[in-house]
Amino acid sequence: MTQPTMTLPPAVIGRPAAPPAALTAAAQVAIRVLRKFVRTPGLWAMGIVQSALFLFAFRYVFGGAAHVPGSSYVDYLVPGYVATIVLFTGGGIAVAVADDRAQGLTDRLLSLPIPRLALVLGRASADFATNVWSILFTAAAGFLFGFRLVDGAAHALGALGLCLVYGVVFTVVFMVIGLFAPNAQAAQGMSMIAFVLAFISSTYVPVATMPGWLQAFARYQPITPMVDAVHAQLAGSTSDVALALAWSAALLLVFTPIAVLRYRRA
Amino acid sequence: MSDQVPLLEASGLTVRFGKVTALDGFDLVAGTGQLLAILGPNGAGKTTFVRAVATLVRPAGGTLRVLGHDVAGDPIAVRREIGLAGQFAAVEPTMTGLENLQMTARLFGHRRRAAARAAATVIDLLDLGAVAGRRCATYSGGQRRRLDLGASLVGAPRLLLLDEPTTGLDPVSRREVWAAVRGLAQAGTNVLLTTHYLEEADELADHVVIIDHGRAVAAGPLAELKANIGRDVIEVEVSQPGQLPAAAQVLSAVTGSEPRVDPLVHRASVTVGSASQPGAAALAAVLTGLAGQHVSVGEIGVRRPTLDEVFLTLTGHRAGRQGQPESAGRRLQGSAR
Ligand SMILES: Nc1ncnc2c1ncn2[C@@H]1O[C@H](COP(=O)(O)OP(=O)(O)O)[C@@H](O)[C@H]1O
Ligand SMILES: [Mg+2]
Repeated sequence: MTQPTMTLPPAVIGRPAAPPAALTAAAQVAIRVLRKFVRTPGLWAMGIVQSALFLFAFRYVFGGAAHVPGSSYVDYLVPGYVATIVLFTGGGIAVAVADDRAQGLTDRLLSLPIPRLALVLGRASADFATNVWSILFTAAAGFLFGFRLVDGAAHALGALGLCLVYGVVFTVVFMVIGLFAPNAQAAQGMSMIAFVLAFISSTYVPVATMPGWLQAFARYQPITPMVDAVHAQLAGSTSDVALALAWSAALLLVFTPIAVLRYRRA
Repeated sequence: MSDQVPLLEASGLTVRFGKVTALDGFDLVAGTGQLLAILGPNGAGKTTFVRAVATLVRPAGGTLRVLGHDVAGDPIAVRREIGLAGQFAAVEPTMTGLENLQMTARLFGHRRRAAARAAATVIDLLDLGAVAGRRCATYSGGQRRRLDLGASLVGAPRLLLLDEPTTGLDPVSRREVWAAVRGLAQAGTNVLLTTHYLEEADELADHVVIIDHGRAVAAGPLAELKANIGRDVIEVEVSQPGQLPAAAQVLSAVTGSEPRVDPLVHRASVTVGSASQPGAAALAAVLTGLAGQHVSVGEIGVRRPTLDEVFLTLTGHRAGRQGQPESAGRRLQGSAR
């Protein structure tokens, strides 16, 4: 009891003068997420292999039977496919977030003297980077499978920009799913909601070809305007872009505070 | 001076998760300069207490101070004093031991150079030099645990929190971790550890708090607790089931306490009467008594009480959650989880 409180590590290591700056902490958190991604082939390779396989199937297997007015099927398919690919690969973010919680990594991070916001920021930036990887790879696969820009490369940048915005939005959405899932398997299951949104939208076929009751859902959920805006950008038009950006902003405004609050008491 | 400030002061600490009350008016006062163990069965509230100390759960009632800082009022100050090694080894498996330590050191607030130095020191301290450059996915359970311990140390915390540091480890790894924890404590680090192994508390702790259903049911220096509740147990296994009552009678006559009889395994056991009557002395009397009754003994011995028996003495119920069948309590003795 009367022993001095001098502890071995302080004697040898010395205590840090102050907690880390928020950006330093965020960078450390991000570096860890990225290292894990890059060093686990199951993470960086599986997503894109799957993405390429499905694109292949839609393009060459179903594509022959699919007819869309005004363009070849591959030119219709690829823009929406790239825009929504994060709905499929982003499930990995939810799984990773849930896993970190189950493994105690989140507890360790939360017990350190760093701002909660730095945790969310670091995590989200790194996860966004993984989404960029999926988007760029899928776009490359699209070109490989026969997609051509009809209207020059300039408009393609606007379309890509939109896809990246969606990448940010769904990073946060999947983080929230991961934060609410009790474990990794559940996170995987909950991420399937995203499939429904992608399939019942204008991504693969025009909404007008669906039965009426389904059209109602397809038209008024966020994915359809998001995909339509990408198509419009490629054609040099801005129709649907405002709506897509409004949806993106709304989703971010709802999900970001949920993520931050949930992290506080994760 | 901080020497006068208690390490931990919990008063009426209550934590609820929905309908579950994980800590139910938990009281504890512990001074600095010692190794404190929270001993209790699964579900008793050990992890919840550690998480409360680590500012990870918000108490519904009561107060908790860590080295004088209130966890609710000044969580940042608390976080600067502690290092947490949770129930699972929280290291990133795809990173090397060194990378894990450096990352955590940066997150504690060390600059790059200081972080590298801190990581190197901890690697030496915990004898991880041979594996520091390898990814943690390749580590043994004991190496992982020690690295996790190291990660909680790189910020030079004044209080180390270890939640069940050896659960799920094989005996060799367990001893490795014990040695590391003992070394840290001897060098003066304040350690709070939780365990459901009586043996572990026995091995490491200066001060023990026994927790059950979210309450502290006994607390004190280990020697004192042992004298009061941790008495030796004599256990007899008879060769012929019919002689079990006779054996029980001998146990009762020699020790003056009520024996426990388990007909399924032909065993009778009894807690030795008082601290002044050591188990070995009573054992001689029991042997003589059994011979006198012509009871043929299959096996006999003196052993330390199990956590179950300590609980039975303290609380009048077995160590399992209340309402669960007895066997749930027994499983505790094995390596749960
Ligand atoms: N996050 C949580 N949500 C709901 N119940 C919980 C949570 N954490 C712990 N509990 C419950 O609180 C009680 C105490 O749990 P815990 O502190 O983990 O016990 P121990 O670590 O001693 O095994 C248990 O009944 C457990 O189910
Ligand atoms: Mg526990």
